[in-house]
Amino acid sequence: MKTTTPSEDVLRGIWRENPVLIQLLGLCPALAVTNTVANSLAMGIATFFVLTGSSVLVASFKKFIPHEVRISTYILIIATFVTLADMTLEAVVPEIHKALGAFIALIVVNCMILGRQEAFASKRPVGRALLDAVGTGVGFIIALLMMGTVREVIGNGTFLGIPLFGSSYEPWVVMILPPGGFLTLGALLLGLNWYEKKKAERQMNLFPERVKTGEAA
Amino acid sequence: MNTELQDTGRATTSSAKLLSTLGVAGALAGMLIVVVFQKTEPTIRAYKAEMLRLAIHEVLQEPDRFDTLYVVDGMLTAERPETGNFDALEQLFVGYRGDDLVGLAMVGAKPGFQDIVRLIFGYDPETEALLGMTVLENKETPGLGDKIVKDSAFVGQFEGVVSPVVGVKVGQGSGRPEEVDMITGATISSRTVIDIINLTIERWIPLWQEYEGAR
Repeated sequence: MKTTTPSEDVLRGIWRENPVLIQLLGLCPALAVTNTVANSLAMGIATFFVLTGSSVLVASFKKFIPHEVRISTYILIIATFVTLADMTLEAVVPEIHKALGAFIALIVVNCMILGRQEAFASKRPVGRALLDAVGTGVGFIIALLMMGTVREVIGNGTFLGIPLFGSSYEPWVVMILPPGGFLTLGALLLGLNWYEKKKAERQMNLFPERVKTGEAA
Repeated sequence: MNTELQDTGRATTSSAKLLSTLGVAGALAGMLIVVVFQKTEPTIRAYKAEMLRLAIHEVLQEPDRFDTLYVVDGMLTAERPETGNFDALEQLFVGYRGDDLVGLAMVGAKPGFQDIVRLIFGYDPETEALLGMTVLENKETPGLGDKIVKDSAFVGQFEGVVSPVVGVKVGQGSGRPEEVDMITGATISSRTVIDIINLTIERWIPLWQEYEGAR
């Protein structure tokens, strides 16, 4: 297994291997609940909580979990944290809980979370698992916020409910409807890939010999 | 599956160990959930009760007080039943200003465009007019159907409308007191609100008249 430094474990999930924008994991909530910034933030924080909680628990008890039932055990742990998050959100921010509806319960089936348990937390020490979960969770929040900001500003003319453009602005309602989720995600991925391609081309021009030997990567 | 495990050099675990692992994990998870449930449940229940109380005050135009009537064996009664599932109990709220009856607040629900729409409205049984309406729960389309909550022109027009309510397209009404303008682009959601109001009045008024007659 490739060794990584602690800072690499945190930073990897935030940008270079961002769960939504690069790995294309957890797209169901990223498309479904990002119609406002507040919803995106609440969903991001709930997922962050579930991911860090499950990763710490899985890494702590990995020696006691038999290989054959590991997935069932991970799901059980994840489902427990989701239920806790669901009840806590309903008690603390009932309005947002109402808006997120069934999507909180569906965090259980977010493949990003199970993926981190199987690929990382079940093989590494607790501290590293925590760093990885924090990085991935923050990356997820960032991606959801990007989607939520674009969709709320264009689709409703507001940011966190604060009107931005005055009464003459006619909101582009499609952006807060389901098709807007696909349009926004598509545009974000397009922009990101275009940027990455430009960056790679620039490196190619500056250091052609490094690219050939694979050093630049 | 077995050969694959042997290939990786991993010994098979006994069934007892597999069962006990899942059993212990399940038991711990269950206990954790029960603890958090007991901590959060009173807050959740209090919030819902407070939301309902505010809604009753709003749709009955700020009465001095309101009484709660319960349906037991198909009859209205002011006595809250001692046993049974209290959450499933149907309730009617009767508002008073001084000793005068202001109106009845009724809760009704019906599937809308996406999911169940649940709303509460005030109704004056003497004039047969509505006093106000507010939606308690809905998952209607953001930007279109959710105007049944957010569009103050739609929500506000229910005050003074005479039942049975009739929905008309904007600009096509003839000014009758039972008409309500529907929302352009949210016909199904508007129609749902109107249907809920009419069906709920139909359901409660016979019960209320029976209750009043018996007093």
